[in-house]
Amino acid sequence: MTRQRLTPARLGPSDVLRTGAAGLRTRPARVVLSALGIAIGIATMIAVLGISSSSREQLLRQLDRLGTNLLTVAPGQTVFGEEAKLPVEALGMVRRIGPVRTASATGTVDTTIRRTDRIPKAVTGGIAVQAATADLLTTLEGRVVKGAWLNAATEARPAVVLGAKAAERLGISRTGVQVWMGERWFTVVGVLGPMPLAPEIERSALVGFPAAEKYLGFDGHPTTVYERSAEESVEAVRAVLPRTVNPENPEEVTVSRPSDALAARAAAASAFTNLLLGLGAVALLVGGVGVANTMVISVLERRKEIGLRRSLGATRGQVRLQFLAESLLLSALGGIVGAALGGLATAGYALSRDWPPVVPAWAFAGAVGATLVIGTLAGLYPAMRAARLSPTVALATT
Amino acid sequence: MSIQQPEQPYVVELREVTKVYGGVRALRGVDLLVGRGELVAIAGPSGSGKSTLLHLIGTLDRPTTGTVRIAGHDVAGLSDRELSALRARHLGFVFQQFHLAPGVSALDNVADGLLYTGTPLRARRERAAAALERVGLGHRLGHRPNQLSGGEQQRVAVARAVAGDPPLLLADEPTGNLDSAAGAEVLGVLRDLHAAGTTIAVITHDPEIAEWCPRQVRVRDGNVVADAGAGTGRRPPGPNPKRTPETAPNAETAGAAKGAPR
Ligand SMILES: Nc1ncnc2c1ncn2[C@@H]1O[C@H](COP(=O)(O)OP(=O)(O)OP(=O)(O)O)[C@@H](O)[C@H]1O
Ligand SMILES: [Mg+2]
Repeated sequence: MTRQRLTPARLGPSDVLRTGAAGLRTRPARVVLSALGIAIGIATMIAVLGISSSSREQLLRQLDRLGTNLLTVAPGQTVFGEEAKLPVEALGMVRRIGPVRTASATGTVDTTIRRTDRIPKAVTGGIAVQAATADLLTTLEGRVVKGAWLNAATEARPAVVLGAKAAERLGISRTGVQVWMGERWFTVVGVLGPMPLAPEIERSALVGFPAAEKYLGFDGHPTTVYERSAEESVEAVRAVLPRTVNPENPEEVTVSRPSDALAARAAAASAFTNLLLGLGAVALLVGGVGVANTMVISVLERRKEIGLRRSLGATRGQVRLQFLAESLLLSALGGIVGAALGGLATAGYALSRDWPPVVPAWAFAGAVGATLVIGTLAGLYPAMRAARLSPTVALATT
Repeated sequence: MSIQQPEQPYVVELREVTKVYGGVRALRGVDLLVGRGELVAIAGPSGSGKSTLLHLIGTLDRPTTGTVRIAGHDVAGLSDRELSALRARHLGFVFQQFHLAPGVSALDNVADGLLYTGTPLRARRERAAAALERVGLGHRLGHRPNQLSGGEQQRVAVARAVAGDPPLLLADEPTGNLDSAAGAEVLGVLRDLHAAGTTIAVITHDPEIAEWCPRQVRVRDGNVVADAGAGTGRRPPGPNPKRTPETAPNAETAGAAKGAPR
């Protein structure tokens, strides 16, 4: 006698979700509390990744604005380990290189700058006095915030332009002030804005080459040559710079690209970021344990429901799937709330610091992945227990 | 009668069935045949093995020894998945404690009874509405269990059990938690289902309800001690043993029932 084959009906995805959600709907307070752990973990990780990405984005945009075509030439060391010097004609040689659009130089002057002659010499405030060529501001694409940059007249006179940090340290915010340099008074004629690619200029007091030689005993040797060329010729220029600047001893010349430092900062994740990420991961783990705990209790409390569903024809697999779905929904709920909170935190922090708020897509993808993995791991054991329950025992529980 | 025809199998066929729980011999060799369309009472004192018998018939458990065939399927040869499919398509259960999902409407409680039959949601709801109509609760579709009386809740549970038109309905003390009026509502529903051709086994330790059924199987100490035999359960049941609204004899007894302390 042949009978029709007995195959259980498959549950559609919407039915799986419905049964999974059924258990959550009746216990809203517990759902909120156990999803909270996951939410906190995900929010922490998204915010940490978001804030560090926003800061990186800020650096990259800055880099974009500043350009990466600036090279600096500085003296290195001689073969005997002594401080080398750039030749006096170094700047002129650099200007003769074909692709170089603009070049300028500074030279360190062995003196100090003070508000008055009564402040002891040793108190320099970390401010360097430098001679600067008139086109330095053009090469660095810098900006004057007060007064004016050195011109043909002022570069030969006892006039000084202060870098942003130097002005701040001296407590000078206007022009016309007298400062004590070397053995005489100089007049502040200008204050510069920030120079992200040349932080050493921010900390300098700049006088013209002729003035430095006349009043401060400057020897005329440049200590840094700045040059900009077309972006595509930067490498070629870089290759010829040492020989051009110092044909006899090219090895005594060091060439660097200041934008590299910014790029490196953008690429590096700070140890602090990693620590916070670790904390987020711990919160996530604790959240996962919370979900698992909730699920175990849920299975214990709902033995009768499990028995009933088995009597209605649910297979073990379908019972397992129901509790897995419930666990996944629970952790997904936490994940969604956490991602939203993390996104908001990133936006709030970034906007408060004038950064572009950025959360990388992979961080959201990672959050989705993490919640799915946690939901599955947390639900697996309770779901197995639910599925193993014998229908008669489940129904007999009072 | 069709007893000898192999093509017309019994809905329930138990041969030499025993069930041992640890050291307890709950069933000690039960033979039971139930044909299509019978209304059978399984009666006996507490602990005699009635629920155990019902669990075996309902394929919720397997016998220690002996053969259980439900709708022609030998339970011993079926996997858990196949048993589940058998329960989904051939069996409906009614329990003493209704087992309704709290906070879920009567309609959805009944509709969820069809979840594992592969019926789409809309069709489940339509059939649930029809089943609730059948048990006289067509006007209570949106009510939650806590908004229904005990009798109404049990009728929802019956509707859930029969929504998929299973050939066999198993009820374990369906009136055990109800007062007599509510019990009568439920028995009325069972009578209608029987009249429509559903095979029904009702467990009861209430002699009145047992007498009401056309066929009684009496169980004692794990043995069937009395049974009128397969096929005798096809007759219509006797007059309703409990007072029902439509069979309330007269105002005098109704008033007495109302005035009675319990
Ligand atoms: N899961 C079990 N484990 C151990 N013993 C059990 C189990 N289920 C039932 N029994 C025992 O088997 C016997 C029959 O139990 P069963 O529940 O079938 O009785 P019953 O006739 O339904 O009684 P009642 O009218 O009180 O519901 C009893 O002695 C009971 O203690
Ligand atoms: Mg019992």
